Amino acid sequence: MTAMLPWATSCAQIAIALAMILAAIRLLRGPSAEDRVLALDALYVNSMIMVLTLGIEFGSRFFFDIALLIALFGFVGSAAMAKFLLRGEVIEP
Amino acid sequence: MSADNLPAWADSLASILVLSGALLTLIGSIGLLRLPNLFARIHAPTLGNTLGLGCVLLASILVASIHAERLVFQEVLITLFVVATSPVTTILLVRAGMYRRRTDTSKKASDPD
Repeated sequence: MTAMLPWATSCAQIAIALAMILAAIRLLRGPSAEDRVLALDALYVNSMIMVLTLGIEFGSRFFFDIALLIALFGFVGSAAMAKFLLRGEVIEP
Repeated sequence: MSADNLPAWADSLASILVLSGALLTLIGSIGLLRLPNLFARIHAPTLGNTLGLGCVLLASILVASIHAERLVFQEVLITLFVVATSPVTTILLVRAGMYRRRTDTSKKASDPD
């Protein structure tokens, strides 16, 4: 039996790397600051999907924890930057 | 490589799920690059946030459950977290964009040069 999963995960990693490159282009080129924050958030989600794909390929459970940490810190960073753009400071007195 | 001892149906199903998730993420990022302004662009990565991530997480649940020979539900944590937090980021970003554009136009209207 030929296993199809290693081939599929390799193709998926190529597609996700291309998606990360496109998000990075938008991050460098975005006309306003909100575009850059949005591109950074998309880059976080793409890297989380990349780590999950690596976990499927290697069959290890450690990649799940890395993906959960990336999701957590990505949300905190994006929410802090959006709050800064909205109000001018992150934690208001 | 530990992916050799999967049964055939799980192998093909996980492959289809991983490939469709990656392609949906790629479509979302292409939309992020190509759409014209911020309020159109903010719709594009949600495709990868919801359906792309969901497909990859389903494949991960499938492969991990077959490897461990029991149901592994830890990936549902990531799904719940992303479903709860992605709209918060989107709402904050749209409000920031509307606020900054409104202050820019009011500054331009009150200050004509």
